[in-house]
Amino acid sequence: MRRQLRQDVRALSGSGPTDRVELAVSRRQLVRDGLGIIASAGGFGLVYGLAARAAGFSPLEAGAMSVLVFAGASQFAAVGYVLGGFSWFGVVVLTAFINARHFLYSAALAPYFGRTPRPVRAIVAHVLTDEAFALSIAHFRRIGRMDLPGYWWAALGTTFVPWNVATLVGVVVGGQIPDPGRFGLDVIFPAAMAGLAVGLMTGRREVVAALVGAVVAVAVSLVWDPAAGILAGGLLGPLVGLVMPGPPVSHLHPDDPLLLGGAETAERLEAGLGDLTRATDDRRR
Amino acid sequence: MKSELVGLAALMALATYPWRAIPLLAPGVDRLPRQALAYLRLVGPAMLAALAAASVMVSLDSERHPSLHVGPEWLAVALCVGIVWRWRNLLVGLVVAAVLIAVLRAAGIATLP
Repeated sequence: MRRQLRQDVRALSGSGPTDRVELAVSRRQLVRDGLGIIASAGGFGLVYGLAARAAGFSPLEAGAMSVLVFAGASQFAAVGYVLGGFSWFGVVVLTAFINARHFLYSAALAPYFGRTPRPVRAIVAHVLTDEAFALSIAHFRRIGRMDLPGYWWAALGTTFVPWNVATLVGVVVGGQIPDPGRFGLDVIFPAAMAGLAVGLMTGRREVVAALVGAVVAVAVSLVWDPAAGILAGGLLGPLVGLVMPGPPVSHLHPDDPLLLGGAETAERLEAGLGDLTRATDDRRR
Repeated sequence: MKSELVGLAALMALATYPWRAIPLLAPGVDRLPRQALAYLRLVGPAMLAALAAASVMVSLDSERHPSLHVGPEWLAVALCVGIVWRWRNLLVGLVVAAVLIAVLRAAGIATLP
């Protein structure tokens, strides 16, 4: 019952002209930001296809990795491991290790998807990548809520489709393709991640979390492995950020589920439903 | 066409999916306490900065041994950050970063990754 009430209120309160304009503006920025990510995903996908071909993968095997696993770093690592004669068990354990950072992406996005049907969330999860997270979290923060078409653009349009098409081109066409690194495409990924991080740094805590995250990531990467470094940075950065005095959260959208506690969100929505019911009753009278 | 590695791909997918799905599918995820939400609010900037820094400053050899990478890629990323900071335009920042690296590589000043 509560779930339905909340959906009703949300649908009515989120359809005003201001909301529509805000959504359109944010979607335009999302599309623009995604163009660079398409180039990056295409470039990396080509390189992956070429590497898989060199390691003896068939187009079916390389394509299956890109569709089923859909996680670039672990796919590149798997090519190396297969070439090096690792056991399947070893490859799977290392894949779980390299991809553990996705847990944090999922956790950070989860409050926005709280009212989305579970089957949809299950699909959302499969296409959650670094790029999808980076683009969609920035978009959701701008509009203060989840936008499923925006998420599909970030996850499928800018990453899944280009990555898979480029994988097939790389593994089928092979050596006739020039190295994407010659065109500087390899620098687009870190530049995009850094640029999108800047868009999220709107308070002292965010800046500290990002700086600590970066320093910890590099330090742990150098002494252990980048997969562990990125995870450590993502875990420790926010902890240190929280220690900073004062939560300057005025930059967040007033409806943002990350600004309101869960209980407060429900109270607001139910209060909104009460106001709506009273207004309807008044009109009837 | 060879297909034996499709099985490996399926196992790798099984090892990856829970990381992606568990928080999204967990019940009550829309009713987290304030402290948890405050932490999650900071995960985005921390993760993206960690990804960017590790990607541009750490390189791996064929056996995944890490080493510090110092090169013009740092400058390219810094330029992109500056453009986003000043003009809020990521696409222009990415184009500038990629063109800079492409030109430096064509001139033989920067090496291929």
